Amino acid sequence: MLPILSVPLRSCLTRCLSFAFLWIEGRGPQATPSIMAPTSTPAYEIHALSLFVLSITGSIFAVVAGLLTYCVIKYRAKQADQLSEPAQIYGSTQIELAWTVIPVLIVIVLFLTTARLIFAIQDAPEPESSLDVTVIGHQFWWEFRYPKLGIVSANELHVPLSSEQAPVPTYLTLLSADVDHSFWVPQLAGKTDLIPNHPNATWINPLEPGLYVGQCAQFCGAQHALMLLRVYVDTPDQFSVWVKNQQQPAVEQPAVAEGKRVFETQACMSCHTIRGTAATGRFGPDLTHLMSRQTLASGAADNNAQTLRQWIQNPASLKSACLMPAMQLSDQQLDQVTDYLATLR
Amino acid sequence: MSAASGIAAAYPGEWRTPSRGRIAMLALIIGEAAIFTIFVVAYVFYIGKSLSGPTPQQVLDVPVFATICLLSSSLTIWLAERAIERNRMNAFTLWLGGTICLGLIFLGGTAIEWHKLIYHDGLTISTNLFGTTYYSLVGLHATHVVVGLTMLTIVFLFAVARCVEQKHAERISVLAMYWHFVDLVWVVVFTVVYVIGR
Amino acid sequence: MSENSLRLPSSIDLTSSPSSAEALQQWLHEWVVTVDHKRLGILYIVYAIFFLLVAGAEAVAIRIQLAFPGNHFLVAQAYNRFFTMHGTTMVFLVGIPILFGFGNYVVPLQIGARDMAYPRLNAFSFWLTAFGGLFLYYSFLGGGGLYGVGTAPDVGWWAYAPLTAKAFSPGHATDYWALALIVSGFGTLGTAINIIATVISMRCKGMTMMRVPLFSWLMLVVSGLTLITITPLTAAQIMLVIDRYLGGHFFDTQAGGSAVIWMHFFWIFGHPEVYVLVLPAFAIANEVIPVFSRKAIFGYPAMVAASVGIAFISLSVWAHHMFTVGMTSVSNTFFVLSTMMVGIPTGIKIFNWLATIWGGKIRFATPMLFCTAFLYQFLIAGLTGIMLAVAPWNWQLHNSYFVIAHFHYVLVGAIVFCIFAGIYYWYPKATGRMLSEKLGKWHFWLFLIGFHVTFDTMHFVGILGMPRSIYTYEPNRGWNTLNLVVSFGGIIQAVAVLLFALNLIWSYFRGQQAGNDPWDAWTLEWSTTSPPPAYNFVEEPIVRSRRPLWDLKHPEDPDWEYEG
Repeated sequence: MLPILSVPLRSCLTRCLSFAFLWIEGRGPQATPSIMAPTSTPAYEIHALSLFVLSITGSIFAVVAGLLTYCVIKYRAKQADQLSEPAQIYGSTQIELAWTVIPVLIVIVLFLTTARLIFAIQDAPEPESSLDVTVIGHQFWWEFRYPKLGIVSANELHVPLSSEQAPVPTYLTLLSADVDHSFWVPQLAGKTDLIPNHPNATWINPLEPGLYVGQCAQFCGAQHALMLLRVYVDTPDQFSVWVKNQQQPAVEQPAVAEGKRVFETQACMSCHTIRGTAATGRFGPDLTHLMSRQTLASGAADNNAQTLRQWIQNPASLKSACLMPAMQLSDQQLDQVTDYLATLR
Repeated sequence: MSAASGIAAAYPGEWRTPSRGRIAMLALIIGEAAIFTIFVVAYVFYIGKSLSGPTPQQVLDVPVFATICLLSSSLTIWLAERAIERNRMNAFTLWLGGTICLGLIFLGGTAIEWHKLIYHDGLTISTNLFGTTYYSLVGLHATHVVVGLTMLTIVFLFAVARCVEQKHAERISVLAMYWHFVDLVWVVVFTVVYVIGR
Repeated sequence: MSENSLRLPSSIDLTSSPSSAEALQQWLHEWVVTVDHKRLGILYIVYAIFFLLVAGAEAVAIRIQLAFPGNHFLVAQAYNRFFTMHGTTMVFLVGIPILFGFGNYVVPLQIGARDMAYPRLNAFSFWLTAFGGLFLYYSFLGGGGLYGVGTAPDVGWWAYAPLTAKAFSPGHATDYWALALIVSGFGTLGTAINIIATVISMRCKGMTMMRVPLFSWLMLVVSGLTLITITPLTAAQIMLVIDRYLGGHFFDTQAGGSAVIWMHFFWIFGHPEVYVLVLPAFAIANEVIPVFSRKAIFGYPAMVAASVGIAFISLSVWAHHMFTVGMTSVSNTFFVLSTMMVGIPTGIKIFNWLATIWGGKIRFATPMLFCTAFLYQFLIAGLTGIMLAVAPWNWQLHNSYFVIAHFHYVLVGAIVFCIFAGIYYWYPKATGRMLSEKLGKWHFWLFLIGFHVTFDTMHFVGILGMPRSIYTYEPNRGWNTLNLVVSFGGIIQAVAVLLFALNLIWSYFRGQQAGNDPWDAWTLEWSTTSPPPAYNFVEEPIVRSRRPLWDLKHPEDPDWEYEG
């Protein structure tokens, strides 16, 4: 995965153009998911190419707009001079040829640099060390499956940190259970769509640890706006701890057995899975390690006992038009099932 | 105004522009061709992709006779055009009538074919991808045949009532362009559905 | 009897007396049954301006909702209907009608004809388009009625499958979208056929194809492009209706169907469609810029060739809207190349305009103000288009506010600015009165400022990662201030457009008398009265060059001695 431009040239261009394009100083994850703050190989390469293209388009703008401004000022009709018409010039083959050839050359340069990066990113061979994750888009949440690790999770993706010396990229297979979605975490890579009956693939190679935000980028229905994404790039230690925890079946605590019974009898299990119990529903997210996630409802709310209770009581109050119905539980049932779910770390 | 008369003097002769009827019909044909192209593309794209149900090989019989009739109707309408150009109105009415008959036979053939497919083979527009694309494409063509036949019949009735004259020859040729287009589309549909797709 | 005039009877008595009510009824009747291309052109334009105000109101509502994160001005379902209807309305009920309205009014006059080739088809096409639009808006009243915004379409103006399948869009919202556009699409097709037949077959004596004014040439090219642009959409919408009502499987992914093929069909329509919208804007610029620079257009043959070239190449670029759907690297590369190539003839046009202004004597009346802004803005729009053509960068920018900024730069910055220029330019011809220059300048400067406040800023919020089609956004992503600025610019533009509407109405009654040729222009429409009589020209014109009035005004230096 060779960079288009050498590092010194790239950093020079970056400094030159950064003032105009909201370069966010510092590396690593930002609260603002700017495409100009890449931290992963595909995003880096795209960023470098974008600066190159910007320099060309910027130059074109400077030249043409400069000429336009010159004309608009110099060739204004002057008061005294209204009666005669200026010299009528109908065309000039040489000039027209020149200004056809130059754009053609510019297009050739732009095209070749672009084509090179398309093949470099799309057809990059998958190394042995990569992690495979299957992403399944739903209205309006994300399902993440790690086939080789036996993990099923939702909405918050954990991937291992990679490095240029020992790359551990994450290869994502993108599927959809219903309509079109799009996986977009700007600091990590360009977006790729999730289309039913049309598996797609993309990859990220994150070089800075931390939490990266994004969201669904293809209108997928009423609540498209709150189909948010969180990608945690974990250090190797963090990642192995997370994996081990996720591979365990659900925590069993006798103290919350009442809540578990509510869960099983009130139709929750027809949509949700909790591994190690009788609940194997597939319509909604896997809840086996619900409390290991920082947010609920694909980022619509923080994940704590209070918001969890509110969510179960009336999902639409946190995420209008979501597909989880209010289950009409009594207060006591709500308390019990919330206590139960709160144990699922 | 000497400038104006200077301009006028530059054009002593006749000023001819193409016939607006032909141009308009050509434009309509191009637009319709684009619609058909999309349906043909969908048909070709979905060949072999049905997940279930009858396949073309299993249920499609090649409609040879109906095709011969429809393509012959292009010949008869061409003969009708020549007849009206030469002011032979009886021949015109005859050939026009023949065209309509051949078109009706074609439609009848389609009707028989569809009856078999629906009631005998259980293939409807909702059965599978083949059913959807087949009935849509052939149905779209048949709709155009119906429209064409309607126009031809109206002209035929006018001809029988002796209201059509030699001076209408150009309008007839514009209508004939449409009919030739319908035949040409059938050649494409036939090739795609009964030859390539089977 | 029928003088071609918009004027109401001069005495409207408020006590109902039969004569004035009768006169009003007769006036209305004339307008409903008219087949006169000038009246139909005005009907198209008035219709389009009405929907411009409606869709503009929808945009203002959208921007109010997005001015603050977590705002409650529009709930999610209402917001989704608003942005769907805003886009659908602007493209189909404003863009196409207004540009074909200009074509209808101006083309027969410019080529020295008495009317369009098929006047009754012309009227039929207008009423089809009008009905389609009214049908689309009836959707707001359907379903639950206005509360909850009825059953207006809410699937985006691109209506991707399978979101539009019955399973995911159970009500009638999608049906209104498909059926209304099928109907108005037939209207558009009729007008396109009419314009083609008119330009080719109804030219006056001496007007060879290479002497046709550029406005009419481009309307011919646009009409030809329309034939193969609207029809794929019609076909796809018929397929959608078959899926939704006859159990078809064209886009049914459960039955092995493809969601991607809808995208292909839609963008095979969708991309050339934006050229259908922008070429008439070029056509207007091709008339206004030479007249107000006092020079002939530089490189007429190249302009014709570039326009035809753009039309052809634009048919090959559609999948640059689909760079993220998972096409192969080879396919993506092809569409990068074709998209960049279409930029070449487009760029050439800018150079030709530049060369036209060069050495001229520019008069900055309101039409020229709008066209000058158009030149800068179209340049920027083209350059952001090049950026979007770079597929890997597109993988970041696609479906973000950068794209919205880009296409509004084209649609508003280029097309709407040229439409305003065209209205200020031809309004005197149509009504016999000049639009107020003072109000015009207020309109221009306010709209210019509002446009740039909104759409320049919008590029940046897209770069910062904000996607489109979202009714609200997270408050901690750094998008708050930028969104507020964008919304503020929208308010300024709304005020400017209201000033414009005011100008149109006020000037109709109080504007300065225009005379035949207020701009000292050179094409045939300025040789007849303002407004023209129903039959357009007393005598059929005879021409010998591209600028017949220049020849008449400058008999010592006529164009025909210089045109090859």
